[in-house]
Amino acid sequence: MDETLKKAVEEICQARGNDAGAMMDIVRQVQARFRGVSEEAIDLIAAQCHVPRVDVAGVVSFYAFLSTASKGQVVIRLCDDVIDRMYGAVAIAEAFSHELGIEMGQTTPDGKITLEWAPCMGLSDQAPAALVNDVPVTHLSTDKARHLIQSLRRYMDPSRLVERLGDGNNAHELVGAMVMNNVRKVGPVIFAPLGPGEAMKKALAMSPAEVIRDVKTARLRGRGGAGFPTGIKWEFTRAAAGSKKYVLCNADEGEPGTFKDRVILTEQPDLLAEGMAIAGYAIGADEGILYLRAEYAYLRRFLEQVLQRRREAGLLGKDVCGKKGFNFDIRIQMGAGAYICGEETSLISSCEGTRGDPKNRPPFPAQKGYRGCPTVVNNVETFCCAARVLEKGAGWFAQLGSPGSAGTKLLSISGDCLRPGVYEVEFGIKLTEVLRMAGGQEAQAVVVGGPSGQIVSAADFERPICYDHLATGGSLMIFGPQRDVLEIVEHFLDFFIEESCGYCTPCRVGNVLMKERVARIRSGKGELADLGYLERLGQTIKTASRCGLGQTSPNPMLSTLRKFRSAYDSRLVQQAGPFQSAFDIQAALAQAKEVQGRASVLFSGERHHR
Amino acid sequence: MPGEKANPKAPANVTAGKKPAKAAGVQKKAASAAAPKTQPLEMVQPAAAAAKPKPKIATVSMAGCFGCHMSLLDIDERILKLVELVEFNKSPIDDIKVFTSRCAIGLLEGGCCTDENVHNLQEFRKHCDILVSVGDCATMGGVPAMRNMITLKECLDEAYQNGPTVYNPKNLMPNDPEIPLILDRVYPCHEVVKIDYLLPGCPPSADTLYAAITALLFGEPLKLPYELIKYD
Ligand SMILES: Cc1cc2nc3c(=O)[nH]c(=O)nc-3n(C[C@H](O)[C@H](O)[C@H](O)COP(=O)(O)O)c2cc1C
Ligand code: SF4
Ligand code: SF4
Repeated sequence: MDETLKKAVEEICQARGNDAGAMMDIVRQVQARFRGVSEEAIDLIAAQCHVPRVDVAGVVSFYAFLSTASKGQVVIRLCDDVIDRMYGAVAIAEAFSHELGIEMGQTTPDGKITLEWAPCMGLSDQAPAALVNDVPVTHLSTDKARHLIQSLRRYMDPSRLVERLGDGNNAHELVGAMVMNNVRKVGPVIFAPLGPGEAMKKALAMSPAEVIRDVKTARLRGRGGAGFPTGIKWEFTRAAAGSKKYVLCNADEGEPGTFKDRVILTEQPDLLAEGMAIAGYAIGADEGILYLRAEYAYLRRFLEQVLQRRREAGLLGKDVCGKKGFNFDIRIQMGAGAYICGEETSLISSCEGTRGDPKNRPPFPAQKGYRGCPTVVNNVETFCCAARVLEKGAGWFAQLGSPGSAGTKLLSISGDCLRPGVYEVEFGIKLTEVLRMAGGQEAQAVVVGGPSGQIVSAADFERPICYDHLATGGSLMIFGPQRDVLEIVEHFLDFFIEESCGYCTPCRVGNVLMKERVARIRSGKGELADLGYLERLGQTIKTASRCGLGQTSPNPMLSTLRKFRSAYDSRLVQQAGPFQSAFDIQAALAQAKEVQGRASVLFSGERHHR
Repeated sequence: MPGEKANPKAPANVTAGKKPAKAAGVQKKAASAAAPKTQPLEMVQPAAAAAKPKPKIATVSMAGCFGCHMSLLDIDERILKLVELVEFNKSPIDDIKVFTSRCAIGLLEGGCCTDENVHNLQEFRKHCDILVSVGDCATMGGVPAMRNMITLKECLDEAYQNGPTVYNPKNLMPNDPEIPLILDRVYPCHEVVKIDYLLPGCPPSADTLYAAITALLFGEPLKLPYELIKYD
């Protein structure tokens, strides 16, 4: 038994009252300290927190930022987003590999540096990007990659990789990141200034029911993707039985191509905190949790300071804003790298210290959420909108945007365009207009809403961006005429295969089958019947999956089957015979031939059996 | 081999007539659209069957356990009726080893584990109008496909060279040209050739098989009651 490990684990667990509900923090800390959560550490944590070992092991194996094997002192996570790939991430990976003498997924023999792929880290507008421990490194090139490794070899200090600070609060002493906000269009809701407590004071002058009424009148809908009316959600939570309630802010921002929450967290954290406090007041909660994705850990100290400053100003804590009896505070819960944790019930599982598995619904979080208590889960931007509704009035908010979709929306625009970045636009804006603003008029295809959204072609560019037409949680990825639509589809499927929690078969197995068939078509071995198969399989996965991940993962394939049919048709085997074109007998026999040292008698190799 | 000379190009021994209906309950493979020209089956009535040439059936066991064939034999006395209705061609039932004429229906047991299985299956596709994957091995790979998790090299190594119970001082690997070469993994039939129908079960029960075969022969919709397709 390793005594240092034992002592450290005991301390870490005791500091959190040996509470298994704090498992995420416990394992994250053990990981940070020992660069891994070894089998031995798992045993120790389980004993210390009085839970079965499998509970701990399940958490460690679930999240990308945790591992049983010990990682390097420095972990380089190269973003594997489709946009990063377009901008040369593979060449960067090769440069890293070459410079370090290891493959992706390996650690240098001296145990110093680990090299990995990671899904979108919310930096697609400054791709290719990587995280070096917590430090984001943007606009990589092969050249910079080599320098990066040389610097690390020399100093082993990721913070030295930041050569120039980003704009706005990225340059704040507690952030110190080279990340750029790239805010290209400022709107009246999210990016307008707000005096401290301005929104909260107005809310606290009303009754909670009136606050909810205002949010409803403003016709505010969720900005995280699903678009559920926020006022109704708050009303349900308020009405739900139970004295203890929670406000949960979803800052997991995992949908590839989305990075607008990162910019809100950097530039408007006070607006967010006001929104959360207002939600707390409305539903009768005294505790808020900000679930921050592990990729944004570099913002943590800054956000902690914002919260502390608000406490000192009486904007958080006891008797908030002098309102007797209204207590509300916010704490930050770190994630550990899992896209599925953006799904609200997974988010709750993760906050509770378990694997980030989605839960069955009903009961909905509004009835039974975090630790079984009624919980409001909203996106970062939704809380900000709510704060603005209270500050400026429901009528003011409702007149912005389009009839079915009130207010503004932040768009994270990346890909083949001249001005990638964040745009605050009014709902109802046409996609062509957005493309013009971003300098992406050449677009062949636009992915609206990320991999779980849809891929649209020029025929849809005149449609408006709103909940009823082109709905998006914020992600808009632009693809020029030189891009292969099927490659994008296949890449998205890889993403879903990797990120599926594995609970239900349609998603766990279906995504793999879907990807295999798309790959078959891409390789020129697909047949017409494969398109029908894909259509049916996609529909099955959508209907039979348990949560939003599987219910949306076939979207890129299904939408391109409709909108980019020729990309599929042009690759099909033209004259399909009675045998399956995709079956390759010589490939199937390659291993046997090698072991046995002879060719097949029946399939000699030269003769083509058709 | 029986006296008849194999003639793989012989036309199907069935006269034009009603096309076999899609059998509900048996999953129809979309792939059949591109299958070789299907000679429609005639509605064969038992009484008339003696006079007219009977439709032919072929069966094969590839990477299977023969359980599906045993299940076919389990139709008991109905086998007499079946023999009145059809004539067996290439099949372990009559031990005809190669196709001697075109067949209306080919019943496939087991998936493809070797090059010989692939060859056999391709012969079936060439000579049969309708191919039915019978049983879980044919439709999904079944028990033999459990080896798909392990590379072929490791499998052979464990079986012949370094397994705990292996005594093989010369470290030989069976390698007679008569022995088929083993594929990298076990393939369900529909990954190798186009298949028209899938009949699940391990094995499908005698009643299921009988209902499916007669429905195909008479061109009737296949009604498989719940008990026949329930497997737990
Ligand atoms: C797989 C999956 C991932 C999701 N990721 C996010 C996310 O990163 N951020 C987010 O706000 N909502 C995400 N959602 C939506 C949430 O489940 C939930 O609807 C949302 O947080 C509710 O907030 P809203 O009503 O304010 O949009 C995701 C949903 C699914 C199914
Ligand atoms: S749909 Fe996918 S992610 Fe959702 S529960 Fe099922 S396996 Fe998990
Ligand atoms: S399906 Fe079952 S009975 Fe039929 S061959 Fe396979 S193992 Fe044997």
